[in-house]
Formats: sequence, structure tokens, C-alpha cells
Amino acid sequence: MATPEELAVIEKAKVLMVGAGGIGCELLKTLALTGFKDIHLIDLDTIEVSNLNRQFLFRKQHVGQSKAKVARDAVLKFKPDIKIEAHHANVKNSDFDVEFFKQFNVVLNGLDNVDARRHVNRLCLAAGVPLVESGSTGYLGQVTVHVKDQTECYECQTKELPKTYPVCTITNTPSKPVHCIVWAKDLLFARLFGDRNQSSDLIVHTNDRTSSAATADTDFFNIKDGETPESYACRVFDGVFGDNIEVALRNEETWKSRKRPRPLYICEVYSDAKKPRIDGSCNSPDGNDKHTASAARILGLSNPQEVWTVRDSANVFLKALELLLNTRQKDIGSLVFDKDDQLAMEFVTAAANLRSSCFDIPMQSLFEAKGIAGNIVHAIATTNAIISGLIVLEAIKLLMGNLDDCRTTYCLEYPRRKMLLMPAELSAPKSSCYVCSQSTLLLEVNTTMTRLREVVEKIVRGQLSVNSPMISQGPCLIYETGDDLEEDMVTQYNQNLEKFLDSLPAPIVDGSILSIEDFQQEFTCHLQIKHREIFDEEKEPDNMVLSGKLSTTRDQALPGSVQLTAVADNVSIHAVDDDDEVILIDEVAKQDLKRKVLDEESVIVCGKRQRTEVS
Amino acid sequence: MEEVAVEALTEQEAAVYDRQIRVWGVEAQRRLSRAHVLVIGMSNVLTELCKNIVLAGIGSLTLMEDAPSVSTVMNTSFLIPVEQIESDKSFLTECAESLKDFNPMVHVTVEKGSLEEKPDDFLNNFDVVVVGRSLLKYRMHVNSLCRKRGPKIAFLSVDCRGPLGEIFIDLQTHTYVLKAKENVPHSLQNLVYCSLEEAIAARWDRLPKKTTKLFYAMRIMEDFEQSNSRLPGQVTLDDLASVLDTRKRLCESQGMPETLVPDKLLHRLLYAEAREHPPVCAILGGILGQELLKVLSGKGEPLKNFFFFDPMDGKGITEEIPRPDDTPIIMQSAEIEI
Ligand SMILES: [Zn+2]
Repeated sequence: MATPEELAVIEKAKVLMVGAGGIGCELLKTLALTGFKDIHLIDLDTIEVSNLNRQFLFRKQHVGQSKAKVARDAVLKFKPDIKIEAHHANVKNSDFDVEFFKQFNVVLNGLDNVDARRHVNRLCLAAGVPLVESGSTGYLGQVTVHVKDQTECYECQTKELPKTYPVCTITNTPSKPVHCIVWAKDLLFARLFGDRNQSSDLIVHTNDRTSSAATADTDFFNIKDGETPESYACRVFDGVFGDNIEVALRNEETWKSRKRPRPLYICEVYSDAKKPRIDGSCNSPDGNDKHTASAARILGLSNPQEVWTVRDSANVFLKALELLLNTRQKDIGSLVFDKDDQLAMEFVTAAANLRSSCFDIPMQSLFEAKGIAGNIVHAIATTNAIISGLIVLEAIKLLMGNLDDCRTTYCLEYPRRKMLLMPAELSAPKSSCYVCSQSTLLLEVNTTMTRLREVVEKIVRGQLSVNSPMISQGPCLIYETGDDLEEDMVTQYNQNLEKFLDSLPAPIVDGSILSIEDFQQEFTCHLQIKHREIFDEEKEPDNMVLSGKLSTTRDQALPGSVQLTAVADNVSIHAVDDDDEVILIDEVAKQDLKRKVLDEESVIVCGKRQRTEVS
Repeated sequence: MEEVAVEALTEQEAAVYDRQIRVWGVEAQRRLSRAHVLVIGMSNVLTELCKNIVLAGIGSLTLMEDAPSVSTVMNTSFLIPVEQIESDKSFLTECAESLKDFNPMVHVTVEKGSLEEKPDDFLNNFDVVVVGRSLLKYRMHVNSLCRKRGPKIAFLSVDCRGPLGEIFIDLQTHTYVLKAKENVPHSLQNLVYCSLEEAIAARWDRLPKKTTKLFYAMRIMEDFEQSNSRLPGQVTLDDLASVLDTRKRLCESQGMPETLVPDKLLHRLLYAEAREHPPVCAILGGILGQELLKVLSGKGEPLKNFFFFDPMDGKGITEEIPRPDDTPIIMQSAEIEI
């Protein structure tokens, strides 16, 4: 029950919810029960079976339908007298411009990725609408408030992007299960079934150029005349787990400080027995369905939690490869790995395990491998319910004009200083923020060796999340996107994309300053270029380094406020899955969060304002 | 809990529960699917709880209307479509049908009649009994029945009064696995809880100074309701003067100054009357659900033994309230290496 004053603003408020997933379902229900009457809801996704354990507005029969629309219909059933407008669309769609955002009193995010969060952050800043941001993973969650010029914006804290691994770790020196899984899906799978022109080599070339791996041969992965799928599968096996590792071993330098891997050949796996004659026709009823075709099931390996032996893995590898060749002929050459493609996932698990066994890395179950390969977010209903309650409480404070009472709240798995829900005060905007304070960013790049395309893709779109960029240097337009461009301009821009930075019509050299604008986001930022010749391939795989130009004065925090940067970073950062709400990728990060919360205990100011309970 | 042969989850279970199995593991999921929960009474916060544990995939949920002593306003529930409100089915039957629909793999049933009419061993059918807002006497009674019937029946209670909330947990004895930390391997932890009766008998002047004021405020409300024959929640701001008298009497007898519990806090509790604040119900239902899952799965340390939430300061606080005797801490943890 809200107070009459609260209820008055709640009933008049027009709110925008972005995301109708785990947090979104809970939030829409809680908003409706609290008395909100005018709600817009945007979500691009459709419902999947794995949503049903927590996205309680959805039922099995809704799988495949729009989340936004089904959620609206479900809530209207118990609250028919309110207005809910559902948009089955991407929030980055140009319909949702600054004008659209301006009609709302508050925006509530229940999103699953950093890119969309940044986009909404910029639109909220441009429209001057307060934003309640949220995220959850497992038992952990966070809710916070962003108000233009008053608090930090979502991008004041630098966000780590999803982890990427140096190519040579993946191709030559894996040391963790994830390295082998990335190798199996991004290199091997792509090489065998995807577009071969796009995929990179499976192995880093040795110093000894004459003895490169057999798999480097462009023809290696082609099926030879008269070769059966089975013998092809065996040849690939020996090539990637045997010969390739032999070649890698020749690079003595690499193994001075590392454990030497052991090549694995088919004949060793089956030395004491014949290869099992696998019955189970490829034309069995479930042989063709993308979601049910399964080599593991044919082999009697029905428990996805079980870790296969090397022999099991070899069996699955051979069988899955054979099945893929036989049942997906049309798609070979254009298959893209999808964690929900059962056969593809089995193949990747088997291949990753075989590679793990060569490198003495623990093997993984199909279930675990799927989690790693798909970057699946751990998610439970209870945390999302708690988060939805916290979001509504913050929204009410904002609508009442009590920004001073707003908090960032951390939802913890175990109490810290007796608290399971831990509030912290909001921070002031950071003057070094390139989004809300328009500070200049610094881009270190080799201007003679880097094409404009790489800067646009990796930096402007990738790291800065600019949706439809316009890039200029002084009065010269260098690049622009949009539907209404003249044809000759499009040609010109496409040519520019392929040029090296220093040979553009308006050359980009050391000291150049670029303006990057996005009209939809009403976003502008400035990029100062610093020419640099050499980059560390391991640590700087993009061959570019983007950094915030540090302001000379220290940021002024709100009086008494604390900077929970470490915690905030971990909890609102890594985005991940396709259907989920948030954040932390792994156990390590979770432990990290817990430790940091603990470490920061002494500085967290909670409920500093005691007036609340003093009569 | 009886031992059932370890078996793989069905494909349907594996698909639906995929994301949560990544949080608590298959073994915990199996234990959940064998757990039986009894919920007595119905309110917004209890519907939140029921939703959460049904989605999580417990074995069975039994709803029971008992607690003759409850006054709760439920204008709307997300469990019941408006068109069905006037139907001839009972409210609980409607709730049960809706919950079944959330997750067809959970058995949801309604138990008719009150606890008093049930045979002595009725509670033995359950691993957990949850009671909503009800008279203190009633909650203590159910708690003691759980203790009499078996050492393993957990008792939980929850009350949401306007924006303020309280959860109490008595697991009797509970063993859980403490995850390995640096240098310390997995170990079994053993907790010994006290009953609600024991917990609230603790003398206030012996409790830690920082104990949340809401703990005392709830005891004052209970005392007032009990001694004035009011149903819980059947109070208004008109009762403020009498409630302040109750505060005076209790604080004096407990050796504490009246200022222990601010007027404002009692004011807010009275203003709430029988209403519940939906966002706070979501929070309490989430915390309670989460703790219940920890209890049933044997994974992770459950809450000891009270939880309070007040949106005014935004803190969700756990309080260990000990027995009144000399036992300084109610929870004894004995480490056993596995
Ligand atoms: Zn900012």
C-alpha cells in the first residue's frame, strides 16, 4: 500500500519498461499490483523453454511468441483496467527516439546486455528522463538510479566488455576449459561447417615455415573423392588432435615454460577395441530436427551432466560429424554455431574435450560446456522478484521528487554486516565521462596500418555502442549511415571504409580530433587520435587502445557518498546471453564481488540519514 | 526426506530448469523436486512465495486456509484472473489452479479444514510449513506442532504490514554444505535453531544494541493485538494511544527506555492496517523463497533467524535473536570434514 500522496503520482505516471524477460515479468506484475496505470513495454525477444522457470507470465504454449505481448496479455487478465502498450521491437529501433522517451516520467530497465543499456542511458540523458537500472545473476542483483546532471550516468563507470581471448592462447597454448571450447566452436566448427573464407586457421604457424600443419592446407577440410563421411571424420580427427599438435610441439620455445601437450590419434583411442559399430540410422525420425538430432543419445550418453571419457568424446565427435554432414548438407558452408543446436553443441563438447585431454585440461559435461559456449547467465526467479520490488520502490521515490532518498541497492547471497539487501548512496556525475560530461576520449592506433572500417566496427560501434554513427573531422564528413543518403555519398563512404586512416580525404593522423555523433541517441563524443606503431598482440588484440582522457581535477562526489566502483562494475557489466537479464559470467567474478563488498564495508555509507526513524 | 535413487532429470526438467541448475546444481534440483511444502493462509506476500517455489520446481505445494485470525486485504492477486473472481470456486482453489499452470511439474493441492481437525501425524507429510500473518499464539502453536512431529519439519512465518516486513525461520536442526574456500575444503555445518516462543522470550536488555527497532515494534503490535482481542492487521491509527501504552509497559518490563521504538515506526505500522505494499511483498516473497530453497536443497547457509525490511532506509536486515537462557548464541556450528 502506497500512501495517498504516492498513489496520486503513481496513478498519473507514465512509465517505460525496457525488457520483458526475467526481471521484466516480475516488474510488470509488481507495477500493476502497486497501482501503475500507464505502462509501455519494449522487448525484441520471443519466449524460449528455458525462460519458463522464472518468467512466470509465460507458459509452454507461448514458446515462440513475443515476450512483450504475452506479458501484457497475462497482466491485463488480473488487472484489466490499466493501459499496457507492448512493443515487440528492438529498443534501438529509430521509432524510439528522444521524443518518444520524453513522454515518460521514468524509464525502468530490465535488460540483458550492455549495448542496449548504453543506448537507453543516452536516450534518457537526451530526453531528461530519470532511469532506474537493474541487473541480476544467480542470487546477486543490483538496482540503481541515474538522473541527468544529478547522479552518475550508466556509462560513468567503465564497463568491461565480454571477455575475449588472445588468438594464440586459443590456437596454441590453451590452459582452461573455456579456451578449448572457444577453439572448438569459433575455429573448428566454423572451419568445418561455416564460411571457410571467413574462418581463421586452427593453428598459429610455427617459426619453421616449411613445416606448417596439414590443416593449414586449404584442401584439408574438403571431402576427397570417394571418401565416406566416416573416413572423413577420422581424417579430421587425426589432423586436428594429432598432426596439429605435433606441429605445435616443434615450436620448442613455447613449451619451455609450459606442459607439453600430447597428440591424440584415432588408433590410440581405439587401440584395445574396434571402433564401435554405431547403429542408429541418420534417417531416424529425429535425425533431421535441429533441436533433437543427437549423437550422444544414439551412443547411449543421455545424461547431459555426465563428463564423457576420452573414448566417449571420440565416439561423439565422429558420430556428430557424420550426422552433421549427412543431415545438414544444405547448410554446410554457412552454418553458424548455436548453443541450442543439439548436434552442434555435442560436436563442440566432444571436440573441446578431446583437445582438453591433449593439453591435460579438465573435461566438461555437455551441460557445463553449453553454459560456457553460450555464455549462459545463471538466473533464478527469487532474485528477479526482489529486484522488481526494489525497482518499483526507487521509481516511486523518483516520482515523488525525492532523489535524495534514492539508493543503489545490492542484493547479496549471504548477509554482509547483517544485510541481505544493502543500500548505498548514489554518486555524482563523473567529469571524465565521455557520455554525460562529454570529455574527450583518446584512441591509440597505427594510423598508417589501420583502415577506417576497423575503427568504425571495433571502436565506434563495438566499444562506444554508437548505433548509427556520423564521423567527422572539423568540417569534413568522413563517414555516415542512414537511409536517406545520396547514392554517390554511400559510394564515397564505402570507399573511405577501406582506406587507411592517414590516406583518407581528410587524413586522420597523430593529434587529429574526430567527432562522433548519433542523431537518434542525441549523442556526441570526441576522439583524440594518438599514433602508435606497435601493439601487444596478446594484450591488445584489436591493435587499438581506447581510453578515457583523465580529467585533471578529481571528481567531486556528492557529500557523504561513496564510490562503489568495484562492486558496481562487476554487477552491471558483462552482458551476455541472448535471453537473459545480466551480468557476471563466472564464479570467479562472483567471488570477486563478494570479496569486494566485504572489503568496501568500511566505506559503504548505508542509511546515513537517520531521520527516517527518529520521531 | 527419504532417499530416492539418483536419477537423471527428465528432458523437460532439464530444459525448463536449465538456468537455475546453473545456480544450484542438479543434486539440489532433485532434492527440491522431492520436497513437500504446506502454506497456511493466503496473502499477497504468500502468493509471491508460492509463485517462486512453484517455479523453482518443488515436489508439492499444499494450500490450507486456517488461521481464523487473519485480516488481509487482497484487492488483486496476480494469481486470479478478474473474470474468475466471482466464480463459485474457493479462493484457494483458484490460487492452486493458477499455480499449477505456472509449472505443471509441481503438484499443487488445497487441503480443506483446519489444522485442529487433522490427525496428529498430518504435518509429517511436509518438509516445510509456512504461516502468513496470524496471531502470535497461532504461529507459536504451529511452530510447536512442527517441533513435536519431527526434528526435520521447518517452520517459517512472514508478515508484510504496509511497507514493513518480517520473516522468522525455525529449522530446528539444519545441516548444510559449506563450499570450499581457499585452503578450507568442503565441510558440513550444523545449525541449531530456537523456536519462535523461545526467540521472542529473549530479554530486550540482553539483545545487541544494534538490533533493528522493527523487531521490537512488531512485538509491541503483537502484544497489543493479543491483549485487545484484535486480529492481526485489524488496527488503525485510532489505536495509537493504546499502542503507545503497550510500548511503555513492554519497554519498562524489558528494562529498556521507551525511546527504543520511535513513535513514527508504530505510526507507520498502524497506518498500514491490513494492507500490504506490493513491491515489498515481491521483496519479502523473494527472500523467503530463496531461504526456503536453501533449506530444501541443503545448499548454502540459510538465514538465522529473523529478517526485516523497511524501504525507508532500504536495508534488508537479518537478526539472530537468541534463546532467553544463557546460551549466548543460538546457532552452534560444528565443522565436519566430508
Ligand atoms: Zn556519465
